[in-house]
Amino acid sequence: MESLTLTDGEQKYYSDLFVYCDTDNTKKVASNGRVLDLFRAAQLPSEVVLQITELCGATRLGHFGRSQFYIALKLIAVAQSGLPLRVESLNSVKDLPLPRFVVAKNEQEARHTAMYPDSENQGSYQGVIPRPPGRGQVKKLSAHEVIQPCVPTVEPQPDTTSPVVSPHQSPPTSPHWRKHKRQASGGNIERQPVVVAGAVWTPFREAQAGPVVSGDGMWSANSPPPVQESWVSLKDAHPPSSSTLPAIHCSPVQENSSIRTVASATTTNETQRHSSGGYDDPWKITDEQRQYYINQFKTIQPDLNGFIPGSAAKEFFTKSKLPILELSHIWELSDFDKDGALTLDEFCAAFHLVVARKNSYDLPEKLPESLMPKLIDLDDSAEVPDQAPDVGYSGSPVEVTPNKSPSMPSLNQTWPDLNQGNEQWETFSERSSSSQTLTQFDSNIAPADPDTAIVHPVPIRMTPSKIHMQEMELKRTGSDHTHPTSPLMANPPDLSEETKLATSMKFVTVNSGDGYSSSDSYTSDQDPITSVVTRQRSHSGTSPEGLKVVAAPPPPPPRPHASHSRSSSLDMNRSFAAVPTGPQLAGVVAYPPAVPPRPLPTQTSGPHSGHRSDEGLAAHSSTSPQQIPEQPNFADFSQFQAFAASDQPSDDGEKHPESLPVEKSSEGAGPLRTVKSDNQEERAAATVNSAKGSIMAPPPKPVRRRLKSEDELQEEALPLKSNVIATVLAAQPSIPRSVGKDKKAIQASIRRNKETNTVLARLNSELQQQLKDLLEERISLEVQLEQLRPFSHL
Amino acid sequence: MAVCIAVIAKENYPLFIRSVPVQNELKFHYTVHTSLDVVEEKISAVGKAMADQRELYLGLLYPTEDYKVYGYVTNSKVKFVIVVDSSNTSLRDNEIRSMFRKLHNSFTDVMCNPFYNPGDTIQSKAFDSIVSAMMVQAS
Repeated sequence: MESLTLTDGEQKYYSDLFVYCDTDNTKKVASNGRVLDLFRAAQLPSEVVLQITELCGATRLGHFGRSQFYIALKLIAVAQSGLPLRVESLNSVKDLPLPRFVVAKNEQEARHTAMYPDSENQGSYQGVIPRPPGRGQVKKLSAHEVIQPCVPTVEPQPDTTSPVVSPHQSPPTSPHWRKHKRQASGGNIERQPVVVAGAVWTPFREAQAGPVVSGDGMWSANSPPPVQESWVSLKDAHPPSSSTLPAIHCSPVQENSSIRTVASATTTNETQRHSSGGYDDPWKITDEQRQYYINQFKTIQPDLNGFIPGSAAKEFFTKSKLPILELSHIWELSDFDKDGALTLDEFCAAFHLVVARKNSYDLPEKLPESLMPKLIDLDDSAEVPDQAPDVGYSGSPVEVTPNKSPSMPSLNQTWPDLNQGNEQWETFSERSSSSQTLTQFDSNIAPADPDTAIVHPVPIRMTPSKIHMQEMELKRTGSDHTHPTSPLMANPPDLSEETKLATSMKFVTVNSGDGYSSSDSYTSDQDPITSVVTRQRSHSGTSPEGLKVVAAPPPPPPRPHASHSRSSSLDMNRSFAAVPTGPQLAGVVAYPPAVPPRPLPTQTSGPHSGHRSDEGLAAHSSTSPQQIPEQPNFADFSQFQAFAASDQPSDDGEKHPESLPVEKSSEGAGPLRTVKSDNQEERAAATVNSAKGSIMAPPPKPVRRRLKSEDELQEEALPLKSNVIATVLAAQPSIPRSVGKDKKAIQASIRRNKETNTVLARLNSELQQQLKDLLEERISLEVQLEQLRPFSHL
Repeated sequence: MAVCIAVIAKENYPLFIRSVPVQNELKFHYTVHTSLDVVEEKISAVGKAMADQRELYLGLLYPTEDYKVYGYVTNSKVKFVIVVDSSNTSLRDNEIRSMFRKLHNSFTDVMCNPFYNPGDTIQSKAFDSIVSAMMVQAS
């Protein structure tokens, strides 16, 4: 053999490798097995390896002496760089890169199986561990690392390369290689996995003599040097010497691994892989690990969406031979919802922690972020590997179905359309962020409309109607955002000035008109519009009232939806929207969208009374005088209209009073009136409906009403129908007046009529329903009477 | 802020006991032990429907010149005893109740852990942290 001149780096590297292969600790001869494994890890064709061994003289000697070993390594480098293998090339080739050895993930797998080193169960355990087919082989061994010469250069951690398949021979050198690599790279996080792997290995090895052969070869790249080193440290037999001599430590372990079979290798690969791979980001779970955990989960609980009861989990984790105290702590960490059972995510977290502990990683005090069971799990378990690494358990479907996870995911699912984070939810980009988006979503909805927030909160009710409304609200707020505010802004200063309803009405009308026109696009979104307008109105209409409205944003805000969701209100909205500026028209326009804040009855009672007086004073010629005193709102309304549009006030006012008198008759509640007055002030036609709704229903009902569909309103409106009709009819005469004025007035009046029609139609339907109800009651009573009668006759 | 918190099993042996002034531990242990008599007395006093009528919170068991002892019994006869310093601005009853509630919750969490055998001393870190939070800050 030619004399070999090595560079310093090469010298160091080769010596390390030699030490690594020096399983017998002879310091002279490298064990054949390990050397061969190492050569295999070099990913060279076997004939090349044979040639190398021949060239270096090992075949001649029958063993690898140090010189032979070095020569072989050099030749490997030569071969890897593509140069022909020549003895002469040993020294002639300059700047030869150090030979590279790829380590597969077998080690991880072996380590993992080692974690549960029931010697007798080893086989069964391996059977238990569903070695993902080909896992030990070519499977996504992303962690497969390429061992680079451990030059002090920073190691790029080429972690994921196809694992070197050395099925029948544990690449005992692989850990060694890894160490080298690690050493070069310094302590990076990936070291941990290696440590983990090592740790796993050690116990495993101890459990049974060296089965972890292929596992070694399959070390995942994710087992960085630290793993090796700690792994080394686990081997008490070989006190960790300098990190540069990990081989010594590795060797004993690897010896045991040499006996590994392919099957066990794959197992260990898995073990190592997921045991070591989980710590890239210190507690991140790699895909392979996750898949492994899932497979394990399946063995206990076939249903991936189900739970593992505590007892079963206890048995399973007891196999890991961790002290009960630690297992208890792990359980505390991983049982996120404290229900005594483990979902898939929780199980993965627990498993991960066990693996970590096995590799002498201290358990965290709190569950790491990446291990937290994700609230939303869209992925199927099969897709787990595809999940983003930082998401941890995000992909677990278990979280989705059971309610173990917080309400966030359910919220997310409930509002898939509305949830802005929906995309994230689906893509699993960031679990935590998705939950954040969930909250954001809610918060967005609430403050979505600053106006609403100011005046009254945008109701976020989980009813379908609400959902729709909210959507509309969102749309509206999005586009119509500025509009409401501007008018509102303009109004407040004026509001303070406006004490009289009339002026305030004007303002409101103007503003509302503006705002409304701006929200034309949202005519369909009556609720939001009305709410916006309402807000505007509340500001402009009556400062005290407006303020009150703002002050009392009851959670179920008096959504005008009751009034506006109906076609009538739609018409009204439309009509109002169409109406051009014109103060009168604006006034009209303003009305429909206004949604009188429902809960205001009590609050507004005060100011309302004041208003009432004013309203009463307001000329409402068209309305019957009796209505005025009865319905301060009505008065307000009419006054409102009077100011806004001399022509058409009656219609709205009448409509409102129609409902008011009816309601009053039914309820006779003062506060109702106040509510009505609010309604009136705030909207024209819409108020009719809303007033009805609000007034008709007894205090609890109004709130409910908002939520109810209009049908409910109809029911309540039944008693009012007659009055309404009367008022409507009474309002008719006022219409011609408007007609004569102006084309716009005509149109407005037409709209009013339409609105009136719709209102009446609604009233009619409501009355019909009431009639039906009454009939039913009557029938039931009659039946009862019948039942009683025979007895009476007796 | 408690001075001593103890969890006593059904058979009247302690599952968990922690005192803040570590030096006087024995005194507190003794206090807790004697308080068990009072607890028993209060439990048996109810007589009729065991769990139904009996409230979990027992209230002040007995006061001494230095401290007060409060008791709480679960439906499984596990007793929680809290000793508070009398000089401490007397904690309101509600606060004591909330402390017991928290104890009870964390105790059930410990129980849920399959690795915990009922009857073992409680070594859960979570439980420890809850208890520490309730104890008087070590001066």
